[in-house]
Amino acid sequence: MAVAAENQSQPPQNDLPYVLILTPPAAFSIFGDHFFHSPKFQFLKAFESPLPLSQFLLTHAQSVQAILTSASGSVTADTIRLLPHLGLVVTTSQGINHIDLSECRRRGIAVAGAGTIFSTDCADSAVGLLLDVLRKVSAANRYVKQGLWSSQGNYPLGNKLGDKQVGIVGLGSIGTEVAKRLEAFRCSISYNSRSKKPSVPYTFYPNVVELAVNCDALIICCALTNETHHLIGKEVLSALGKDGVIINIARGPVIDEKELVQCLIKREIRGAGLDVFEHEPDVPVELLALDNVVMSPHNAVCTTESLEELRKTVVGNFEAFFSNEPLLTPVPLDDLPHLSG
Amino acid sequence: MESIGVLMACPMNSYLEQQLENRFKLFRFWTVPDKSSFLASHKDSIQAVVGNAFAGADAKLIEALPKLEIVASFSVGLDKIDLAKCKEKGIRVTNTPDVLTEDVADLAIGLMLAVLRKLCESDRFVRSGKWKRGQYVLTTKFTGKRVGIIGLGRIGMAIATRAEAFSCPISYYSRTEKPEIKYKYYPSVVELAANCDILVVACALTTETHHIINREVIDALGPKGVLINIGRGPHVDEPELVSALVEHRLGGAGLDVFEHEPEVPEELFGLDNVVLLPHVGSGTVETRQAMADLVIGNLEAHFLKKPLLTPVV
Repeated sequence: MAVAAENQSQPPQNDLPYVLILTPPAAFSIFGDHFFHSPKFQFLKAFESPLPLSQFLLTHAQSVQAILTSASGSVTADTIRLLPHLGLVVTTSQGINHIDLSECRRRGIAVAGAGTIFSTDCADSAVGLLLDVLRKVSAANRYVKQGLWSSQGNYPLGNKLGDKQVGIVGLGSIGTEVAKRLEAFRCSISYNSRSKKPSVPYTFYPNVVELAVNCDALIICCALTNETHHLIGKEVLSALGKDGVIINIARGPVIDEKELVQCLIKREIRGAGLDVFEHEPDVPVELLALDNVVMSPHNAVCTTESLEELRKTVVGNFEAFFSNEPLLTPVPLDDLPHLSG
Repeated sequence: MESIGVLMACPMNSYLEQQLENRFKLFRFWTVPDKSSFLASHKDSIQAVVGNAFAGADAKLIEALPKLEIVASFSVGLDKIDLAKCKEKGIRVTNTPDVLTEDVADLAIGLMLAVLRKLCESDRFVRSGKWKRGQYVLTTKFTGKRVGIIGLGRIGMAIATRAEAFSCPISYYSRTEKPEIKYKYYPSVVELAANCDILVVACALTTETHHIINREVIDALGPKGVLINIGRGPHVDEPELVSALVEHRLGGAGLDVFEHEPEVPEELFGLDNVVLLPHVGSGTVETRQAMADLVIGNLEAHFLKKPLLTPVV
């Protein structure tokens, strides 16, 4: 790392444009710093500098035309205002709630995300978690691997997935893939979204409480915005009821986690499958003792195949930007709901 | 019908047990200290046997029960029943098809997702607190993987329909090719294994399909291949499977059944690419109830001289 730090203080060694990275994306720790390498641009790694961030940004402000960020690194209005030549923010995530989109729109800065490359993996996770919770896959696997099948006998029965009413919260790219999969399991699909989608064969409910009343399982697939923050709270969970299951592969703060934990402990809902939490990587300690909860470490998109797709998308977006070509996965900034930062 | 003796082979479902007790004279075979002397003293009272995947009616039991008229299995699989002997003696046999098809197919997909996406291990990772110290490893995408199905009966077809929703190309091996089916047919299990990413055993257990998954098939499936078994334990040469997994010659396995249930090879316990389930393919409240109702329905139909609901023999 000493060599890299030395490079930061030298003048650019070539004419390649700079992409600023504030916090390293997860892909770097898995694959190394060269994961998003391209012969058409170079990275300026703020996280490798001994300078405090504001000073680093002031030092390099004139060179930065683009930023690479991830879901764990916010791109705030303050940061954007320090970079007069910033033209593009690329995030490695499908979610964009960590980028100040109003400021980007105001400045004419383009934003590109993962597009829909993660949608199938997310949907697969959602279905996998739902099957796991209903059929007790992880719990039964633990039981067998502890040698309890031979000593304690048969495992308690699970619940059938087929014929269940499934409610999808947010029928975007991910929600649509979830619906398509669950239809093959003979589930009936209904949904709540910002607006009804006319060409879709599923039942629309205008609010999440009504959706929850009418379904056996809720799958959270929506973006995190001011409107969806704590969208799933006491009222929705009560409406879902004691046989209901909730699956969250969206963002932790869409669910009021404290309420969810209480409902699970008191068996006011049947179970939950959670890939995301309000304060990752911290998980409410009460959940660790529960057999009716299946958890994963926000890795619903973390497959080898998707990371390779991501690599191509991220590199492709930067290369297109620096060649004045259309971005691969631009986020439209014109019709934004009020997104939370 | 309270005088009709029904022998229940092993504990299988308390609702079914209760229903049998209410309607017939129920004998619980597993509570009998000396099975041979029990059979000798009760042979003229027992007219029906209720079995399941673990215990049914072999030739010895059938011979010991001269008044036996019907064997009703609390399962769709018939491998624990000597069908030839039943045919020979005019004993009727029923099972529980269709009502459990969806649950078994659902579980097959659940196992595929659990193995490829390491769902059980991810859950363990979170519970252990390790997430606070770093990310979990990358897993393998399920969508689009090639699924090969051995046995394209009710359960095999239901698995195919579900896997198709994940854009998985489907291929199969069956005793005979089914020309009306659009999936790709392979004339041998080895060829099927060589041409798929996930191989699922969904056929009946017969003398022909015993150890249908052997060393050759496992080698063809290979170090990136995954085996899913929701059929019967004896479909797989278990020691060969265990060594292939331990030696990383096979990519992973999701197993609901084993050669000597409830014994499971302990070498598999520590493998993070293996998911082990205690024979729960049809193990839901809803389906076991439907299966129990079918068993009762078949027995009542028989003794009321009405057509059987789901006869096999």
